[in-house]
Amino acid sequence: MRRILRYVAGRLVLTIPMIFVLLSLVFLVLRVMPGDPVSAMLGEHAPAAYLQEKKHALGLDKPIGAQYLDYLGQILRGDLGRSMIFEEPVAQPIFEKLPATLELALFSLALCLAIGIPLGVRAARRRRTGHDFGIRLYANVVYCIPVFWMGLMLQMVFGVFLGVFPIAGRTGSRIIVSDFDTTGLYVIDTIIHGDIAALGDVLFHLALPAVTLGVTLSGIFVRLTRANMLDVLKSDFVLASRARGVPEGKVVYGHALKNALIPIVTMLGLQFSALLAGAILTETTFSWPGMGRLLLERIYLRDYPVVQGVIIVYALLVTVVSLIVDLLYAVIDPRVKL
Amino acid sequence: MAETERETILDIKDLSIAYPISIGTVRAVEGVSLPVYKGEVLGLVGESGCGKSTLGLSVLQLMKPPGRITGGSILYKGRSGESRDILAMDQKELLDLRGKNIAMIFQNPLTSLDPLVSVEDHFVEAIQVHENEVKRKDAVARAEAILGDLGIESRRLAEYPYQLSGGMRQRIMIGLALILHPDLLLADEPTTALDVIVEAGFTELLMKLKRQYDLSVVLISHNLGLVAEMADRIAVMYGGRIAELASVDDIFDRPLHPYTKGLMDCVPNILLDQKELTAMPGSPPDLVNPDPCCPFAPRCPKVMGICRSKTPRLVDYGGRSAACWLYERKD
Amino acid sequence: MNENKNEARADRARFSPASGLAKALGAFSEAARKYRVEWWILVAGIVVVGLIVFMTVFPGIFTRFDPNDQSAGPQLGAPSFAHFLGTDNLGRDVGARMVYGARTILGVAIAASFLSALIGIPLGLISGFAGNWLDKVLSLVMDSVYSFPGLILAIAFAAMLGPGVINITLAVSVVYIPTYFRLVRGQTLQIKEELYVEAARAIGARKSVILAKYVFPNVIATVVVVFSLNIADAIMTEAALSYIGLGLPAGIPDWGMDLSMGKKFLPSGVWWMITYPGLMIMLLALGFTMLGEGLSEILNPRLQEY
Repeated sequence: MRRILRYVAGRLVLTIPMIFVLLSLVFLVLRVMPGDPVSAMLGEHAPAAYLQEKKHALGLDKPIGAQYLDYLGQILRGDLGRSMIFEEPVAQPIFEKLPATLELALFSLALCLAIGIPLGVRAARRRRTGHDFGIRLYANVVYCIPVFWMGLMLQMVFGVFLGVFPIAGRTGSRIIVSDFDTTGLYVIDTIIHGDIAALGDVLFHLALPAVTLGVTLSGIFVRLTRANMLDVLKSDFVLASRARGVPEGKVVYGHALKNALIPIVTMLGLQFSALLAGAILTETTFSWPGMGRLLLERIYLRDYPVVQGVIIVYALLVTVVSLIVDLLYAVIDPRVKL
Repeated sequence: MAETERETILDIKDLSIAYPISIGTVRAVEGVSLPVYKGEVLGLVGESGCGKSTLGLSVLQLMKPPGRITGGSILYKGRSGESRDILAMDQKELLDLRGKNIAMIFQNPLTSLDPLVSVEDHFVEAIQVHENEVKRKDAVARAEAILGDLGIESRRLAEYPYQLSGGMRQRIMIGLALILHPDLLLADEPTTALDVIVEAGFTELLMKLKRQYDLSVVLISHNLGLVAEMADRIAVMYGGRIAELASVDDIFDRPLHPYTKGLMDCVPNILLDQKELTAMPGSPPDLVNPDPCCPFAPRCPKVMGICRSKTPRLVDYGGRSAACWLYERKD
Repeated sequence: MNENKNEARADRARFSPASGLAKALGAFSEAARKYRVEWWILVAGIVVVGLIVFMTVFPGIFTRFDPNDQSAGPQLGAPSFAHFLGTDNLGRDVGARMVYGARTILGVAIAASFLSALIGIPLGLISGFAGNWLDKVLSLVMDSVYSFPGLILAIAFAAMLGPGVINITLAVSVVYIPTYFRLVRGQTLQIKEELYVEAARAIGARKSVILAKYVFPNVIATVVVVFSLNIADAIMTEAALSYIGLGLPAGIPDWGMDLSMGKKFLPSGVWWMITYPGLMIMLLALGFTMLGEGLSEILNPRLQEY
């Protein structure tokens, strides 16, 4: 147990510089760019006194160095500031919408892996056959499909023309969310509360967005899995297993795939970033009430503190996931020195 | 010594293996006939690319695609007594054969074990794929027993391959190969990746296990010293064909084929006062779409006209064979 | 003395551009023979990209409408003989907007990729070659940015900079600087260890000379491939930015923006406003992807896999 804690602590220490860089980057983009945020958002034609007042309220009239320290200090205290438009702390809308994005991201990831990995394995096993080329074609094409277009097409076919799936929101109008809302992850919540009707509704609403995001990103996993499998299938231990009479199925799934998945796990962190990015576009298309839509809304509303807060939370999310992936990697590969 | 009718455990007859690639067909093995007698150690020697590894892999049909067997048969006569052609077996019979009747060990111990699987699980799998009614406890007990024969402590069972040395891993390979008591062991360059001291230990272990488990062994190697120590008979391969096949003494003391002679000359003799190393001029033949001729002709010091136009056959000369126009009657 | 001169001449001939071209063509046709499928992918990529580039240069061949003309046809007209791809809610011909929109997206994507390369490649070379604290700091920064969702970065930049072609180009280019940095740094590190670089150093060649003569040419091949793939990515990012409204002002035809406009009319069954812009984005991105993949196989062929 202690060794695991030491490993975690070690990884955490390495993560700190990264968070630091990201937070600084956010600061750089949002405050050092041409024009201060207040003028950029309120427009230069606003009365000077008003601009001054707003700037002072946000501490934007202090020298840049002082602003930077204030900024870091605030974040370390866990204070993300207050919204400039609404009477609420920045953290409030963010943590309200975070579960929606997480739920979408997790389901999409699951779908992504469920499609990508088996296809990748099949392509590797039938290398240079029609199966292989077809699957690689799928992977390349799918990667080039804009997420939002995929979403719109699915909406068109399954929502408008066929009318099978809903095309907006997380729940239908007849579902009362407050009945089951505990964690914010509706699938889990409805199961906990045993509300099957609500579960069905939630899943139906999740279907198109998750498929959109999951399918579009599956291409990457197909290619990764295929490449890794091809490598592993050439290994000596695969040949040795076959020589002992281990049936091909067990060789491929029991030995080869497990080894091939390790590099994929290390890629999960990066893929999660892609997932978050894609989620913004998916949320816009499907009116999904998540962090991505919040970000865009507040950009339009010129609510700069919330915009900054959302981006900071994104940075923290990415770092946390990266840490989790590192831990996962240590768990599945016995060679990693704990 | 009279040549008694020895029992063959494996009889390779006129086997040919080819690899069709974009620029032509590589004839890796061409018309090879080779009997393996019960209880012997048969050494299969040759340079890299002569086809010995391909030949070894073909016995268990483990050749890498696009390698294909284009002719011949491999007859296996196991304990049950009847002869079966391995090349005619279906997938189920083949899976049964591998590991249980014929086992194979390979060159690189560092990469021959699944890094994510413990030693114990390797053994349990090896047993259970053939005897799936065996309980895990019993399988582990059998693994422990064979580890004893191998000179490895049983605490190693719980460990993962990365925790073991190369020599230990190679011994585990043998253990996995012999756990089901096969009749025939194919060893493809088993000591090439080991240093000499470990190699010596390995050789000793293999001979001990051979006696203990009543094995027949085909030892594929380019290391003449190793083969000299362990083999009873030696088959010399060149250009995908058998150049010479004889007892170990005949090969080393009275080689017939010019290639064999050349090989013997290449090995430096510690007792002689040699100033320079001898080497054979030229390089191994290109096996893509080869012409009908002796594959060694371009490099042979005793080459004749017929060598370049007709391929010599492997002819028996009283208990030993050679494929060379020097000895074969040209009719 | 004459021998040396002839030798030198032969050397120069061997490395001249003409022989280089001949070699490239030779490699090309040999590759065509050996890598059946990959060659066709390259060809497909060249055709698609070529066609679309042609379309940006000679739009008149493909459409006779003005993309901003609101009286070109009826509003929300379904595809017909008069308007092959239909008309949008402002009466503009969709086909024309597809044709002219190519310029916008292609221009931004190529310019952004170029800018990213311009910044990322030298930084990568220096960082990889220097290898000291500079390398560590730069790598940390680049890795952090690389792991951050690119689109969010682009959104942040676009939001702060405001609309406009140049601003969008800047926003998109920032996302890809780490890509080039990492690629070039990795290659530089590898090449640094190669023996011929050691030899050059041993005879006292200056660092800048080593960089220019040995490292750079070897890196170029991979960079070309990544450049093509990068353009595909940049296309998607630009389209995304326009889709969420952070892109270009209304007067410029843009596929992403058309998609976001068309979205509003989808529930009433207007399918042509969203189908075609997305299709175009996909085709263009696919074209550059195939170009990059095809080039990759031919320039750096993987060891013969059977």
